[in-house]
Amino acid sequence: MEDRKRSVFISVLKDALNRVFSGGPFYLSFLSLFGILFIAGVTSGIYSIFIAGSRHAYGTYREIPLALLIATYIFFVVTSTGLCLVSSIGHIFGVQDFMPIAKRAILLSVITIMSGFLVIGLELENPFRMAIYLFASPNFSSNIWWMGVLYSFEVVFLIVEFIFIMRNNHKVSEAAGLLGIFFGVAAISNLGGVFAMLQGREYWYGPYLPIFFIASALMMGCAVIIFFTVIAYWIKGDTIDGPMTSSLKIVGKLTILMLAVIMFFTIWRMVAMTVGGTEKLLVLDALVKGPYAFNFWVLEVTLGMIVPFVLLLWSKGRRIGIMFIAVALMIFSTFFVRLDMVVAGEIVPQYWEMGVKEFSQLHTYAPTWKEILVALGGVGFCGAAFMLGEKLFNGFREAPGVEEAKIGKADSEL
Amino acid sequence: MIFKPLDKDKIFEKSGNISELDRREFLKIGLAVTGIFAGGSIVSAVSAAEKLFPRGTYAEKYPYKPHYSMVIRVDQCIGCRRCEKGCVATNAVPDYGWRTKVLEREVPQAIGQKREFIPVQCNQCNNPPCVRACPVKATYKDKANGIVMMDNKKCIGCKICMAACPYNARYFNEEKSAIDKCDFCFESRLSRGEKNTACSVTCPADVRVFGDLSNPKDRVYQLIHQLQKPVWVLKQETFAKPNIFYMKG
Repeated sequence: MEDRKRSVFISVLKDALNRVFSGGPFYLSFLSLFGILFIAGVTSGIYSIFIAGSRHAYGTYREIPLALLIATYIFFVVTSTGLCLVSSIGHIFGVQDFMPIAKRAILLSVITIMSGFLVIGLELENPFRMAIYLFASPNFSSNIWWMGVLYSFEVVFLIVEFIFIMRNNHKVSEAAGLLGIFFGVAAISNLGGVFAMLQGREYWYGPYLPIFFIASALMMGCAVIIFFTVIAYWIKGDTIDGPMTSSLKIVGKLTILMLAVIMFFTIWRMVAMTVGGTEKLLVLDALVKGPYAFNFWVLEVTLGMIVPFVLLLWSKGRRIGIMFIAVALMIFSTFFVRLDMVVAGEIVPQYWEMGVKEFSQLHTYAPTWKEILVALGGVGFCGAAFMLGEKLFNGFREAPGVEEAKIGKADSEL
Repeated sequence: MIFKPLDKDKIFEKSGNISELDRREFLKIGLAVTGIFAGGSIVSAVSAAEKLFPRGTYAEKYPYKPHYSMVIRVDQCIGCRRCEKGCVATNAVPDYGWRTKVLEREVPQAIGQKREFIPVQCNQCNNPPCVRACPVKATYKDKANGIVMMDNKKCIGCKICMAACPYNARYFNEEKSAIDKCDFCFESRLSRGEKNTACSVTCPADVRVFGDLSNPKDRVYQLIHQLQKPVWVLKQETFAKPNIFYMKG
């Protein structure tokens, strides 16, 4: 029995590998590129933390301790929760049009959260101590402690959800999915809380970030699933049709809605800052006409909001190519939203208001190449895992549709 | 001199004419937080502080014994930075970090003295944001003396405490592979029977007065519990309840 199971497993793996190697030159070159990025990132991270020392290798310093790598981590884990939420609309809450994207969304949710863990693992100075003292010496009042716990639970439930949805056991999958959402939303709002509860940082402090992160997650979940579904069909060499067409149309609509929500969040945050304290005014100034103006106006507002909004409206949910460009822009620019959010919270010196010489300038931050490589390592892992996943699970060919889900449901009810 | 030690009448003038009785009442609560450092002006002093720290939020009895605190007599500082050097030598502070720093402020248009020096360090807060944020209790408030300590072996190096600290008092020490910060020289001096911190001992101008806030006979207690001179803390709005007090004179 055991032998038979093993031989089945080996043959499945062989099939998958065959599919990978026969993926064609484009597929293989992109897979190699992502693989190289992943290896380069991990190498750079290990070298930076354990050999060179982060002080020498990374662009962070005493006054800007959290920067690119934390932003990348946030980028990935927020996306992960978003994908988990988007997948749940179909396979947990039963909205038929969201069914076809569910499996891919769950797999991507697992992949993106792992990418996030990879990046933060190469950012922490002593990642191994964390494994011990998170359990041996927990601080229940710390958001970072909760972050570790909640994300660990989330990733376990996501994996369980994925395994059982692939085996068409929808009962277990739904239960795990529901718990996954619970822990995912808790984790993501708590991630906002990591920043929102630092009373010494005026720009971060307050209930804005935990709520913003949830809305932003859903937006990113929608954008990312459209992005990867289109690529998955390129990899498969299929055209998007049938239930997937209507699915992408409705996900596109949700993307527009969430983008509008994020626009309101952003507008009111900026407007409210005009009457804030000194730190807020300085950050506002830095974002609107200072060193972060390009990031804010061009990357965040134009490429991340206005252009995608127009493109998504124009596509009417039917012109997949235009939707793809829109969501690609959104994903790209959201990375800078995260980066600006993290860095802008630290640029105003803590002793600014005293008017002392030592802290009379805003702090500046520029990532080093080693830091950028680690962030790209996360991207590499995400890309490579997605591409391998598509081949391993055969592009979710057998079971993307509504019918199958229905059958699975009926089975599990019996 | 920009600031002369304010006499009683002037304090009341600046602090919105509160009565002597009110003022005494407030002082009983514990600590007179009478000003904001911003711009060097003593702002709306005592009456505003009552709103900031509602009655009872600063314990009448200090929670630690000894309750280590420091008073920095800021106008006495001559900027010699011997405290910085003393700290570095005593606590093996590397050249890329600092536990205490003397900041310098210049006001060219000021009448008289145009420059002042402001020593800063970890404020050993009663409600420390760094301690709350640390996921693994690598930094903690000592239950006996109130010093915010580090347990180096636990530090995972997430640096959230650095972001949380309102006083920029923390840095990552490569040699220790942990965050380093001022511990009032507990490890290097106090735990070995010394009674004073390195920065205080090396200061030639008696700027840094270190002592026990819970002991009425201690100089720190007496400097803080007096009516003549305003005493303030930095960044009171964060509600961290710091234990480094500033005063002039």
